[in-house]
Amino acid sequence: MRRCSWRIFLAVVFGCVVLGQTSVLRAQAVAPKDTGVKIDGEYGPFLPTDISVDGYQVDRLINVLHVFMIGLFVGWGLFFAFCLVKYRQRPGHRANSVLIKAKPSKYLEIAVAIFEAVLLFGFSIPVWARVKSEFPTDDPMRVRVVAEQFAWNFHYPGADKKFGKLNPKIIDLVKNPLGRMDDDPAGKDDFVSGEFHVIEGRSVVVEILSKDVIHSFFVPVLRVKQDAIPGMRIPIWFKTKEKTAGAYEIGCAQLCGNNHFSMRAVMHVDTPEQYAAWVKKVTAPPEEFKED
Amino acid sequence: MAQHQHKGGGHGHDHHHHDDHGAGHHELSYWRKYIFSVDHKIIGIQYGLTALCFLFFGFSLMMIMRWQLAYPNKPIPVIGSLFPSFFPGGAMAPEMYNAFGAMHGTIMVFLGVVPMLVGAFGNYVMPLQIGAPDMAFPKLNMMSYWVYFCGGVTMLASFFVKGGAAQSGWTSYAPLSVITQPHQWGQTMWLIGMVFLITSSLLGSINFITTIVQLRAKGLTMFRLPFFVWAQFVTSFLLLLAFPPLEAAGILQLMDRVAGTSFFMPEGLVVSGQMQSYTGGGNPLLWQHLFWFLAHPEVYVLILPAMGMVAEIIASNTRKALWGYRTMVYSIIFLGFMSFIVWAHHMFITGMGQKMAAFFATTTMIISIPSVVILTAMVITLHGASIRFNVPMLFALAFLPMFAIGGLTGLPLGLPVSDIQLHDTYYVIGHFHYVVAPGTIFAIFAGIYFWFPKATGRMMNEALGKVHFVLSFIFINVAFMPMFFQGLAGVSRRLADQTGYAHGNAVQGLTRMSSWGAWMLGLSQVPFIINFFVSMFAGRKVSENPWESTTLEWSAPSPPPHGNFKSTPVVHRGPYEYGVPGIAKDYFPQHQAGAEA
Amino acid sequence: MSTAVLPYTVEPHPITRLYSGKLGIWLFLASEVMLFGALFSSYVLLRVGAPVAGPAAWPAHAETGLSWKIGGFNTLVLIISSVTMVMAWAALKTHNIGRAKAYLATTVFLALVFIVVKLTLEYIPKIQAGHTPSHNNFFALYFTLTGLHALHIIGGIIVITYFIGPGSALWKTDPEYFTNRVECTGLYWHFVDLVWIFLFPVLYLT
Repeated sequence: MRRCSWRIFLAVVFGCVVLGQTSVLRAQAVAPKDTGVKIDGEYGPFLPTDISVDGYQVDRLINVLHVFMIGLFVGWGLFFAFCLVKYRQRPGHRANSVLIKAKPSKYLEIAVAIFEAVLLFGFSIPVWARVKSEFPTDDPMRVRVVAEQFAWNFHYPGADKKFGKLNPKIIDLVKNPLGRMDDDPAGKDDFVSGEFHVIEGRSVVVEILSKDVIHSFFVPVLRVKQDAIPGMRIPIWFKTKEKTAGAYEIGCAQLCGNNHFSMRAVMHVDTPEQYAAWVKKVTAPPEEFKED
Repeated sequence: MAQHQHKGGGHGHDHHHHDDHGAGHHELSYWRKYIFSVDHKIIGIQYGLTALCFLFFGFSLMMIMRWQLAYPNKPIPVIGSLFPSFFPGGAMAPEMYNAFGAMHGTIMVFLGVVPMLVGAFGNYVMPLQIGAPDMAFPKLNMMSYWVYFCGGVTMLASFFVKGGAAQSGWTSYAPLSVITQPHQWGQTMWLIGMVFLITSSLLGSINFITTIVQLRAKGLTMFRLPFFVWAQFVTSFLLLLAFPPLEAAGILQLMDRVAGTSFFMPEGLVVSGQMQSYTGGGNPLLWQHLFWFLAHPEVYVLILPAMGMVAEIIASNTRKALWGYRTMVYSIIFLGFMSFIVWAHHMFITGMGQKMAAFFATTTMIISIPSVVILTAMVITLHGASIRFNVPMLFALAFLPMFAIGGLTGLPLGLPVSDIQLHDTYYVIGHFHYVVAPGTIFAIFAGIYFWFPKATGRMMNEALGKVHFVLSFIFINVAFMPMFFQGLAGVSRRLADQTGYAHGNAVQGLTRMSSWGAWMLGLSQVPFIINFFVSMFAGRKVSENPWESTTLEWSAPSPPPHGNFKSTPVVHRGPYEYGVPGIAKDYFPQHQAGAEA
Repeated sequence: MSTAVLPYTVEPHPITRLYSGKLGIWLFLASEVMLFGALFSSYVLLRVGAPVAGPAAWPAHAETGLSWKIGGFNTLVLIISSVTMVMAWAALKTHNIGRAKAYLATTVFLALVFIVVKLTLEYIPKIQAGHTPSHNNFFALYFTLTGLHALHIIGGIIVITYFIGPGSALWKTDPEYFTNRVECTGLYWHFVDLVWIFLFPVLYLT
């Protein structure tokens, strides 16, 4: 009976591995669903494509951590399995009442603590500091992202690089979704779009706002995620790599209501020419802004 | 206070006992004996059965949700046509998905696992393990159960009110939770239900601490307590001190919903183009801070008693003392303290600055150490043991690697930088489910198989138990392992349909695998349910100590009568004197006098 | 109803020097500290984070219309009720149940005075003046904090009334147990007063 349960244990582990493998293979066989725009990048059961200059730091930490975790788990699991086999109950075998002096366990715990400290002070805190405070000074693009149930609005400051004031009282879902004020000179050349366009290789500062509930601005390929919290205006920044032009996904990562699952937008990483053409297209027929 | 001391001195030798109503010994009516009982064992069983029902119900909600995830917007087989009012067209609408999601979390945590670990096992086993005749406040104990029951009924009833149950996740983040379902009862009933459940837990924790402090048998010093009692002791403090802030938060959110206040509502909210009537001036993050101040200690409420149970079962079935018992006790106390200062690691993405993030990441790394210590101690206990692979032990052993996976995958989430990518993705879901599902739920199964003979005098069937274990072990991994890969792929949690995203669609196969794992896991519980009910009446009868364990509960008759012990137990030794050389049986029960080992 | 024979319901535990009820009530009060602590923290956070201008701004003291005289009177009433509560317990210690009941009744009376003053001179005029909880966060907090406190007072009234009435039957069978129960109620009552001592300056004087 005891032997039998051992075989079952091994079968379980083996079964899990096989099932996991087949499902991964099957995953790649599923055709991408039509989202209207062809999404660039490679997606699968691991980290997606990275188009951000600093994204590798996030990936590196995740990878280092997983190597460490798997190493610890395997080492610990081998000892576990060894004990289960060696010290199983059987005729003539009796437990040893003397507790062992397990010095290695103390060393292991100290090693884990040191490793965590290294990860924390070596990998996490400096990167977080860079993400949080070292905002780019190389003439970044500035965009305001205003989240609402269930859409993303991208507010560009126009040629003067200044955002106009917003007044929630005059919001009109069709004509003026953000409540832009006409009497603010800084807002004269602003424009709003449902698409996010940035220029490849140029840093971007994004101010994140929300009109109603908490959303979360998530761009998987940029390794960027930031909650949009009503009443707060939170700046973040990123910089795309050179030669990454294409269309990528923006998602909402925080439950925001019924259609949370469909709160998507497309981020277009443009060449400077493509970007200029897009701006021209968006600002040229000003019908929807002229009326008011 | 001088008067009080005088009183204490004057009555120190006074040993007359008191019976509330002076009518202790006549036969009790059925209602008093089984329904409104004040006996901790009956209350424990009431908690246990109720919690098992809720666990099954919460699990069923999830099995239905898994259909929507695996086959989005396709009609649900059978169930879809059985409940047309819930599933228009037989498929699951996103608002129903959100309601099921919120209620799955709430029911599993507050109505299933905590009542099971603390209400059922704590109530039943803890007084027996400390040699007490009952809990310190038996009537309060009964009240805890009935308040919990009311909370459960409120939560269940919320499914049937107009607009359905709460839809804002078990975390109920404001302002979403305040503005959804306006003038409807779903979220409001969730809040009222939570106030009931919190009150119940508070009353329970007062009772537990008082019992452990006051009612230990003679000779049972704190460092002779079984590890399970220590776990309950620390857990009770967490409940006592962490739940009131959530109660406060619940009251504030109730005011926001019912009285139109703006505690969590900033100025200028515009929902669907409509300016909201809230005055504003509130802060949505205030809710998150109050919520997580509870909910992080709550995580430890979900795991510490489970560790305690596993430790008991491992000691008994390895025939060895726990390795590093004192270290484990210090670790668990340290865990308890630390759990109060890590809460904001759930909030790295809310725009947190450097200093706060560094502080909470550091405390989070520190809190991982005692967990590693406890886990390592339990594994080292296996060294030099004589391991009996019975059903409770199989579940307890499986707990160790499963909890290890759950714990290790917490590391990338505890560091702000890696959390950027993984926050609110399936990685988080995989992480905490590994802690509470193959972790805590397995510990619960282990506990049920282990203490069943104590509560009924009968054994559960070994063969069915092994089938239950093997199937559960396989399918729980099939269900949860894919979530880590989905999370790495960047799939966010709480999406009713992930296939709209390219990165979601790419791993839809994993979602299906996870769903099939969950359904098979559901089927795997059939042997358990059969085993549980049949064994209650037809299981093999056993003596009072079938596992040959040392702790005090095994010296009481099975099932223990009212008042628990035939004679008041006196404790002579530590909790785990197993494998003693030179005697016929290899263990020394705690209550047995004689030569020290 | 039968309860198992439990030690330390009346006599103190040799090590902790507490009977179980007293330990229980102290633990309960610890959780109450966390409850009101969380609410006071919310008060601080909301006040510090309030907008400088506009309808959501924190009102100046004069705008709140809260009278320190009424608040001060109620503070005095509660402090006296705390004293009468102690006197009731002291009377029980000298085995004078009649006097104890008189003191308990005085406590209930004072508590009722507190509630009536609160209701007629504060709550109703405020709501009539349009200062409802939804008016701004000051009033939201005012009503929530004082309302929760008033619920605690009402709970106290119910318990003390029980001990004057049916609960006092215990005095005949087990006077010491009864005295302990009154002592525990007293601890709770002092705590409720203490909360008010914090609420009064926070709401009425700043």
